[in-house]
Amino acid sequence: MSDSTAELTLSPEAARQRDEVLSKVKPVEVPRPELVTGDRDFHWVTEKICGIPESKTPRWWWIMFVIAAMMATFTLFGLSWLVSSGVGVWGLANPVNWGWAIVNFVFWIGIGHAGTLISAILCLLRQKWRTSINRAAEAMTIFAVVCAGLFPLFHVGRVWFAWWLFPLPNSNWIWPQFRSPLEWDVFAVSTYGTVSVLFWYMGLIPDLGTMRDRALKGGRKIKAFAYGLFAMGWRNSNRHWRNYEMAYLLLAGLSTPLVLSVHTIVSFDFAASNLPGWHTTIFPPYFVAGAIFSGFGMVLTLMLPVRAIYGLHDLITQYHIDCMCKIILATGSMVGYAYSMEFFIAWYGANNFEVFAFVNRAFGQYAWAYWIMIGCNVISPQLFWFKKIRENTWLVWIICGFVNVGMWFERFVITVTSLANDFLPSSWGYYSPTIIDIFTFFGTFGLFSVLFLLFLRFLPMMPMGEIKAVMKQGDGHGHGTGTQGQGYAEGGHH
Amino acid sequence: MSTKATYGLLATFSKTPEFFTATGKVRDAGFKKWDTFTPFPVHGLDDQMGVGRSKVPIFTLCGGLFGFCLGMLITFYMNGFDYPLIVGGKPYWSPVFPFPVMYELTILNAAFGTLGGMFIMNLLPRHNHPLFEYEDFIKSGDDTFFIVIEKADPQFDLDKTKAFLTEIGAEEVHVVEA
Repeated sequence: MSDSTAELTLSPEAARQRDEVLSKVKPVEVPRPELVTGDRDFHWVTEKICGIPESKTPRWWWIMFVIAAMMATFTLFGLSWLVSSGVGVWGLANPVNWGWAIVNFVFWIGIGHAGTLISAILCLLRQKWRTSINRAAEAMTIFAVVCAGLFPLFHVGRVWFAWWLFPLPNSNWIWPQFRSPLEWDVFAVSTYGTVSVLFWYMGLIPDLGTMRDRALKGGRKIKAFAYGLFAMGWRNSNRHWRNYEMAYLLLAGLSTPLVLSVHTIVSFDFAASNLPGWHTTIFPPYFVAGAIFSGFGMVLTLMLPVRAIYGLHDLITQYHIDCMCKIILATGSMVGYAYSMEFFIAWYGANNFEVFAFVNRAFGQYAWAYWIMIGCNVISPQLFWFKKIRENTWLVWIICGFVNVGMWFERFVITVTSLANDFLPSSWGYYSPTIIDIFTFFGTFGLFSVLFLLFLRFLPMMPMGEIKAVMKQGDGHGHGTGTQGQGYAEGGHH
Repeated sequence: MSTKATYGLLATFSKTPEFFTATGKVRDAGFKKWDTFTPFPVHGLDDQMGVGRSKVPIFTLCGGLFGFCLGMLITFYMNGFDYPLIVGGKPYWSPVFPFPVMYELTILNAAFGTLGGMFIMNLLPRHNHPLFEYEDFIKSGDDTFFIVIEKADPQFDLDKTKAFLTEIGAEEVHVVEA
């Protein structure tokens, strides 16, 4: 018996009062939606999830893979061209010296945030529906960070000196300047990438063990060796699960402040400057909400086709889709609120330059981008108020596409409009990307898809252990179809 | 391999509640060298087995403290000591401006501490184990719960322990050889 038992035990008087009240009010049992439908057992879950990487490579996978790989070559081409010619091949020119590269960087980093939200914050909030989507969402995070990292890396110009960003001794005997938000970004993004990989990897260990055992049984020696190497000899012991669960909880607790800090620091890149439209205190929370918004859009964009192709309807149920749509609705509304609050503060602050920056955003030369942003980010998610729409998978997928587009435009609007019309009207300009910009960005979708397809092909895309733990058969007390909060009530009895 | 010795007895269960109850009985019977093997972390099983709280947080704390101090140290050394930079006439170093650096390094090192701590506390990686020799070991990652009582346990007696495991509801009892 642990010490916590004592704290949870009610005094006899309190217990009597509780029973008295409960017998009077007769609380309604709120049924919890089942997270794995279709009356499936543990074995079905194992077979379903392991079966995907174990089966023969499907034809659609090869087709998608070839297309994605071909798309990725656009990035390769764009970056080779850039390195061999110089940053001038991008559309950057005074006064807009931060163009698509920063827009794309913030876009991809933001995409990643939903993965961490699902794996960390929803874990701390005990949202059990996260279990069937967290692995794929975390993979998405890592691949998005890879795509994001390319842009600032090549934006430095002479990419072979990019390692000067890190505090390493170099031949110039100078160190990074730690007052710069761009330097904070180096730490934030590299920490984010690393911790995301650690968290993802740790979650994979038990499943890699299962994959290893299955490969061994099937006589696939090379696969068994590869999975086994990374499974680290995991043997499902509860004495191991105990430390594993604690480590998982701690990593969730560490990733939560991390994910909030990453987009906060990304927003500092803008907010710590003195430019009207950028220099606002609302940026950190507004960026974080936007990041989660765009990330969930991407999770659904990826998971709905995967669900349809692999027939995962019993694991990613309508309830899961509902939950994600509601988060998109909530964060989309927060983003909409932030847009209007920016305007309000610009007016209320009575600073002419600030007012101009915002009026110019909405009605200036980039008005088209601004209204695409409003349409996609503020208006389209409001459709998720309706159950009918949340239940229509095609519509959900299309709206999520709008969300992805809208969030890219948000970053474009923020970055470009403030720069294009700065303090001196004589230097105002209109920024357009070059074909190299477009190629480089277009190709990152290919790179992202290549990585995601490889993930689907070689790794179990859902955490089997976590899914089994939230199934009704997984409850040690034999009352599987629990009601809200029952887990806590039962916590003290053993 | 003719020199195989008995490693212990392995009992299988296919239902979580039965397994959960049986685990409590093994604990109450006073066995010391035993373990359970489950396809997923069963809620409340740690208390049921009588194993205490995990020590992984100590590693996390050490990692976090190390990261924070490292952040303090490198920012002070680099911007305030080795190559002092005057930026905006401000002091060379204060703990405030490089706080994001310390913050991120705290989290980074705490995360490494956590993962490393998990491996250290679990004595992993260990790619060989007598249990891997059990032919149906694969089921512990699928849909079956094992209770394994090792021969090294002072109370272990092949026949008596076997009878005990059957009595507490084991569906099958196997001898695992090492």
